[in-house]
Amino acid sequence: MEDRIAMMHDDPAVDLTVDGSAVGGMLAAAFGVEMTAAPGQCAHCHTVSVVGAMRVYMRGPGVVLRCPACAEVVLRIVQTPRGTMIDARGAAYLVIERG
Amino acid sequence: MSIDWQLAMVTAVRDETPTVRSFTLGLPGWAGHRPGQHIDLRLTAADGYSVERSYSIASEPERAGEVDITVERIPGGEVSPFLHEVVVPGDRLEVRGPIGGYFVWEAGLGGPLLLIAGGSGVVPLMAMARHRARAGSRIPARLLFSSRGPDEIIYRDELDRLAAAGDGFAVAHTLTRQQPPGWTGYARRVDEQMLAEVIEPLGAGVRAYACGPTALVETVANALVRLGLPPDRIRTERFGPTGT
Ligand SMILES: Cc1cc2nc3c(=O)[nH]c(=O)nc-3n(C[C@H](O)[C@H](O)[C@H](O)COP(=O)(O)OP(=O)(O)OC[C@H]3O[C@@H](n4cnc5c(N)ncnc54)[C@H](O)[C@@H]3O)c2cc1C
Ligand SMILES: [Zn+2]
Repeated sequence: MEDRIAMMHDDPAVDLTVDGSAVGGMLAAAFGVEMTAAPGQCAHCHTVSVVGAMRVYMRGPGVVLRCPACAEVVLRIVQTPRGTMIDARGAAYLVIERG
Repeated sequence: MSIDWQLAMVTAVRDETPTVRSFTLGLPGWAGHRPGQHIDLRLTAADGYSVERSYSIASEPERAGEVDITVERIPGGEVSPFLHEVVVPGDRLEVRGPIGGYFVWEAGLGGPLLLIAGGSGVVPLMAMARHRARAGSRIPARLLFSSRGPDEIIYRDELDRLAAAGDGFAVAHTLTRQQPPGWTGYARRVDEQMLAEVIEPLGAGVRAYACGPTALVETVANALVRLGLPPDRIRTERFGPTGT
């Protein structure tokens, strides 16, 4: 886990990461409610953090959200012509608050 | 909650520095925002190709029916040069928002408040400072603001006025590349020692908000943890690779 965080910090691509609020608009459009204050649990290390505190990489074809504690992937979001595809296998849970 | 795209009318354009410009966007149906939130802006070309970028809201929520955004021109960028070179008052822009519920501060949340900005990262922190002043709050607040040179300090005059108001708001500048003769502020990149000095007068229970280029926010967040701030009191907004 420590190694992974070190890796994340050494990686020049880290300069391209932003915080979870950068995908707040996309998530609000997909879920219909504000999501950056929504807590989620990392399925890898079980840390609970709000989406706004997750690390986001959005320069690729999709968007990847990583756990701030262990840097594992929690959510992947891809916009397709059919709609928004969310791969949530890295999340133990995500709380969607009443809008 | 409606997060649909809507058309904003550009009602004013103002230069802040040689490379930074503010735009006032008229939004008649605007539901209001919280300081620290942003909007998404979408540009669509005639062939249907579209790009989206996020821009923090600079204005305080007390101003109804419009928001200000402040944009740094990134050479070679897709969106910011367009906003600088093409957009004039009377134009319409597609936006959605307000967005975000995490990187926000309102007077009701309390303090003391530590704001750390690099370059255009000052924008959402300015919304917090403007809101604090308009709400008549006397919560102790300090802004540590890193800019490249004296001509690149965004909102310089307004920050001077806010700091002179005597209501508990202070500003410390650091100029990383070029300092004017007689400069008494800091003259290096933000580091742990600098943060320790700026945070000291605020005492215990500080809430910290750091915003700007990812590299700077990274440094600040790590240093604040080493200085003993609980991680849940440190909120960050990374703008990406750009800026100071
Ligand atoms: C939540 C949030 C709020 C923001 N608020 C503001 C604000 O208030 N004011 C402001 O000025 N900016 C703000 N930004 C940054 C803004 O969204 C844009 O990133 C910025 O304006 C640059 O966009 P652009 O289209 O002009 O440049 P882009 O076309 O995105 O390029 C930007 C720079 O990054 C480089 N780059 C692009 N892609 C890559 C890549 N794959 N690998 C390496 N380098 C790359 C480019 O060469 C260029 O130098 C905010 C960002 C976020 C996430
Ligand atoms: Zn984790």
